[in-house]
Amino acid sequence: MAEYILMKGNEAIAISAIRNGCDGYFGYPITPQSEVMETLMLEEPWDSTGMVVLQAESETSSINMLYGGASCGKKVMTSSSSPGISLMAEGLSYLAGAELPCLVVNVVRGGPGLGTIQPGQGDYFQACKGCGHGDYKMIVLAPNSAQEMYDFVDLGFELAFKYRNPALILTDGVIGQMMEKVELREMKPRWTDQEVIEMSPWATTGKTPDRKQNVITSLALDAAVHEALNHRLIEKYKKMEEEDVRFENYKCEDAEHLIVAYGSMARVCENTIDLARKEGIKLGLLRPITLFPYPTKEIQRMVPQLKTIMSVELSAGQMVEDVRLAVNGKIPVNFYGRLGGIVPSPEEVLEAFKKEINK
Amino acid sequence: MHTTMDIKDIIKPENKVYSKTPVLLDNVMHYCPGCSHGTAHKLVAEVIEEMGIQENTIGVSPVGCSVFAYNYVDIDWQQAAHGRAPALATATKRLYPDKYVFTYQGDGDLASIGTAEIMHACNRGENIVVIFINNAIYGMTGGQMAPTTLMGMKTATSPYGRREDLHGKPLRITDLISQLEGTCYVTRQSVQNAAGARKTKRAIRKGFENSAKKKGTSFIEIVSSCNSGWKMSPVKANEWMVENMFPSYPLGDLKDI
Repeated sequence: MAEYILMKGNEAIAISAIRNGCDGYFGYPITPQSEVMETLMLEEPWDSTGMVVLQAESETSSINMLYGGASCGKKVMTSSSSPGISLMAEGLSYLAGAELPCLVVNVVRGGPGLGTIQPGQGDYFQACKGCGHGDYKMIVLAPNSAQEMYDFVDLGFELAFKYRNPALILTDGVIGQMMEKVELREMKPRWTDQEVIEMSPWATTGKTPDRKQNVITSLALDAAVHEALNHRLIEKYKKMEEEDVRFENYKCEDAEHLIVAYGSMARVCENTIDLARKEGIKLGLLRPITLFPYPTKEIQRMVPQLKTIMSVELSAGQMVEDVRLAVNGKIPVNFYGRLGGIVPSPEEVLEAFKKEINK
Repeated sequence: MHTTMDIKDIIKPENKVYSKTPVLLDNVMHYCPGCSHGTAHKLVAEVIEEMGIQENTIGVSPVGCSVFAYNYVDIDWQQAAHGRAPALATATKRLYPDKYVFTYQGDGDLASIGTAEIMHACNRGENIVVIFINNAIYGMTGGQMAPTTLMGMKTATSPYGRREDLHGKPLRITDLISQLEGTCYVTRQSVQNAAGARKTKRAIRKGFENSAKKKGTSFIEIVSSCNSGWKMSPVKANEWMVENMFPSYPLGDLKDI
């Protein structure tokens, strides 16, 4: 019998980490995600699975602890909220450059600056376009429920190790704080030292006589070597786009208009679709689950049946740029967004949609 | 009867007085002639060989001249972002508590951009060894002022000499570190002569042994010369270091418990 527990999205992240063989969590308190580390400290997983949990002195340190842990081939993660992720930008660039797998959770709040502790989706650019320096990408997963918060910890680690690349769960204060029923999946044990070596023969596990030294670095001063490194990264990102795009369609079969929304905003927009359908408007919803790689091809597949597309976000208009790139001018792309932590109602979104198509 | 000794009679295992440790790789070092890094690397490699811990040691290299430490010491290495080596070492040691983990950092890396990371790693008493090369200058970027640059010392960013009103006074970070309860061994050494190198090697070994005993953080400052950055000959740089650096950074143990 499956076991269900009522919990917050943030708690689901913590419980899932313990149950999915995570080796180490390194974090720094920030609202609205502090429950992640608080739950871990209450659970004391070092006594059960041997998982390490450490409160770092800053987000700068926690992301670099991930760099150290990931260099060892271990499953390591951190969680934070927007300003904390800004501090991690340097580390994320290094992790991507050194091709290290790790999991980062961003429970987004409103910005810029100290902003607000209310939910937001204004970190889409930061997550998907690379918040640090250089040409790199992160795998970005956007859960819309406490269950997906739980499930995407495992999925995030799987993809991070598949590609030797940081994976980021981009969520917000709504999903993090909302309590929902969560099914606890089967426990996965932590990898043994031998399994770590088999899984990640490149890791700094101690140089044995049967192999050359393993060096984790993002440094390549030789221009040709460095260009080759960048090309290898580009190939990896292309492979992600070919193999690991995830999305969900809601009432899209006969849709003449489409709303694109992710995370908490997609939950609201499902109700907008139902309201519109009652009025006879053939409206559908596309929910990108991976924000990078983005479901560009799915949007392009749907364009011939559509009259308009609207991107709905808790931002000033960020994901809409990727929708426009996919549509490439073929049909009108509209945008509706609220800011400051205000989450619009399904009715409000429908009104905004009607206003745009009746222009 | 007079006999001539052949060179082959001399080159015999029993006559051998010195050989390069196999833990030191054969790559030609990129360090300037006269630089202290080469000697410090050799001492680390020798300690690793003598303790038989090559398979169990993980090094963390910084940003700075010693960024390429991994090209010279034949162990597994992680190359850290500027100043962050103690954070990497913290996670590595906690995830592999039975391995030996050390950071190798310069004064810009450890005493400027990485002050938060080094202070908190030492304060938590991570069972790691920190090797701190203090040559009072940013070598790799072309000789700029470091937190440990002496008063009046000319660098690329203090071309008329370090001034208190502009730059503040030198940071004696090792003195601060020695006040942190997580540290078990804090010492200041040098490698400009054989006696200094021997003492430094003993200090490094003690640090690694402290790690095995889980006594806390061992912190070994090596007061070093940067003859290129200081714009002196290697010999003159060593003399200048003894005359000027040692009064500000006196050698010896600050803490040994």
